[in-house]
Amino acid sequence: MQESRDSTDDLVIAGRRFTSRLLLGTGKFPNPRTMASAIDASGTGIVTVALRRVDLDDPADSMMSHLDASRYLILPNTSGARDAEEAVRVAKLARAAGGFDWIKLEVTPEPNYLLPDPVETLRAAVMLIDAGFTVLPYMNADPILARRLEEAGCATLMPLGAPIGTSRGFKTRDLVAIIIEQASVPVVVDAGLGLPSHASAAMEMGADAVLVNTAIAIAGDPVAMAHAFAGGVRAGREAFLAGAGGTSSLAQASSPLGGQVRGD
Amino acid sequence: MPFSDQIAPLRFEALAERIADATPAQVEIALSRERPGPGDLAALVSPAAVPSLQIIKERAGAITTQRFGRVVNLYAPLYLSNRCTNHCAYCGFTSGSDIERSDLSVEEAVENASILVEEGFRHVLLVTGEDPGRYGVDDIEKVVTAIGGMFHSISIEVFPMTADDYARLERAGVDGLTLYQETYDPGCYASMHPAGPKRDFAGRLEAVERGGGAGFRTLGIGALLGLAPWRCEAVAIAAHALHLSRRFWRSRIAVSFPRIVPAGRGFDPPCPVMDDEFVHMMAALRLVLPDAEFVVSTREPAALRDRLVGLAVTRMSAGSKTAPGAYVTRGAGEQFCVVDDRTPAEVADMLVRQGYDPVWKDFDRTLRG
Repeated sequence: MQESRDSTDDLVIAGRRFTSRLLLGTGKFPNPRTMASAIDASGTGIVTVALRRVDLDDPADSMMSHLDASRYLILPNTSGARDAEEAVRVAKLARAAGGFDWIKLEVTPEPNYLLPDPVETLRAAVMLIDAGFTVLPYMNADPILARRLEEAGCATLMPLGAPIGTSRGFKTRDLVAIIIEQASVPVVVDAGLGLPSHASAAMEMGADAVLVNTAIAIAGDPVAMAHAFAGGVRAGREAFLAGAGGTSSLAQASSPLGGQVRGD
Repeated sequence: MPFSDQIAPLRFEALAERIADATPAQVEIALSRERPGPGDLAALVSPAAVPSLQIIKERAGAITTQRFGRVVNLYAPLYLSNRCTNHCAYCGFTSGSDIERSDLSVEEAVENASILVEEGFRHVLLVTGEDPGRYGVDDIEKVVTAIGGMFHSISIEVFPMTADDYARLERAGVDGLTLYQETYDPGCYASMHPAGPKRDFAGRLEAVERGGGAGFRTLGIGALLGLAPWRCEAVAIAAHALHLSRRFWRSRIAVSFPRIVPAGRGFDPPCPVMDDEFVHMMAALRLVLPDAEFVVSTREPAALRDRLVGLAVTRMSAGSKTAPGAYVTRGAGEQFCVVDDRTPAEVADMLVRQGYDPVWKDFDRTLRG
């Protein structure tokens, strides 16, 4: 985490600086124009794209043609990969066809909850780092796996907040707190955050960034929701930097009365 | 335990009684759950649920949007052969029918596939009848190899095969298997399939499991609606889907909702399904199967297909021709009459107008190596 906190408070991943701490996914939007407007409203610097959805050989691809690579880092993801070999193949395609060296690693063999396979994710991370990729792995909120992925050389850790696409909120906070405490690379809470308050909670706790997709894409007004998430992330970050006080199970007056009023 | 051993306890007569006896209170309990289970489905599809249909539809729509987003995947069928040795009472390909029989050469298949690619399709469904002696796994494999570079996803809806043959096609580049049981009522099944290899009710169910074992990423199932009471079929479909999900946890389950439309033989479905019932079935199943792909073909009229967007459907065919070679030539000998005859571009425009993104590519062949 040290790497990500400096005087300007930029998010720094693998030496690259980003002013926003909100990352966006591009799935589930009603159309590419709304997607592009939501990305714009979010102020994000990193946008992840499922390679299974896009045709990198087609300059007119409806999604890619709406993404401005000069304004944000386009981060291809390996969504759809069921094992390490598939993820590596897709990553190499991204590099060969689009020149992408940064990869959001997703290995999700089960199609319903899309939970990441810890064994295959670690295997793939090792293979991709060996091949020279900068790897940002989607992972379970497992502090030991986080240690192993960091040791392998991953640029971030991206534990899920709840199963992807569920918008259930920050359900894994106790385990993510341990990951944050132990990590030396940025921790990005990825998946399951359904409201700006969820994102804010993750940031207040010390997450370096969050990644949001479904909650914005399926909102009644995706552009307004992207803006709202940007605000939630900023507020949470500022609260974290401000140093939140502790919590207590007992009520404590905000203007202490002790010693001011004497009963005798 | 294969599903064929599990379906016996479902007994359609008992199931029909359970559905008929469902009470409004049971419907209310089912709807009070965050995630209704298969045990709730009899109530959710019952006549007692009809007054709650609006609530069921709203929940189905919300679940579909949450899980799949505002997108609908598009695909096209490519009929390779209409030769068939079965005697299905309802099908245009049935043996003994005097339709013109043909099968496509590899070159003809590529030529037809090229039209689909030009129209925008990247996902294709290869379809044949059941006459493996004249059009078999070798023929299908040659087509898959020839068109492999043209599509990102290739599924098959053909005849039941051995595990080895399924594995062979999976290695050749097929990633999805669709095999309708037609009806989950063994009695009805027997009367509809009086002769031919398809007589074997359990064998057909077990074929899907062999496909799961071969590693297909999508396993597609369905009942041909109109043969047996739809409410019972819905409960059986859910049980089948959940069974397959448990056993083949790496495969996505797709449920198709084909309704019988005339195939030139004037077959009158014994249990016709009305539009509102069709919607009811699909919506109730969505509550129990939140992650399954729901597929609707061009058998359905355009107006109804339009209504199903946002309710539960996640995948649609478009611009379909149901006779071999018909994308290039006139093509005689169709399986069923296409009712929604809009072009793929027109269907895509409809989706856009409804605020949905038509998705032509949702898989990359690089994944399968």
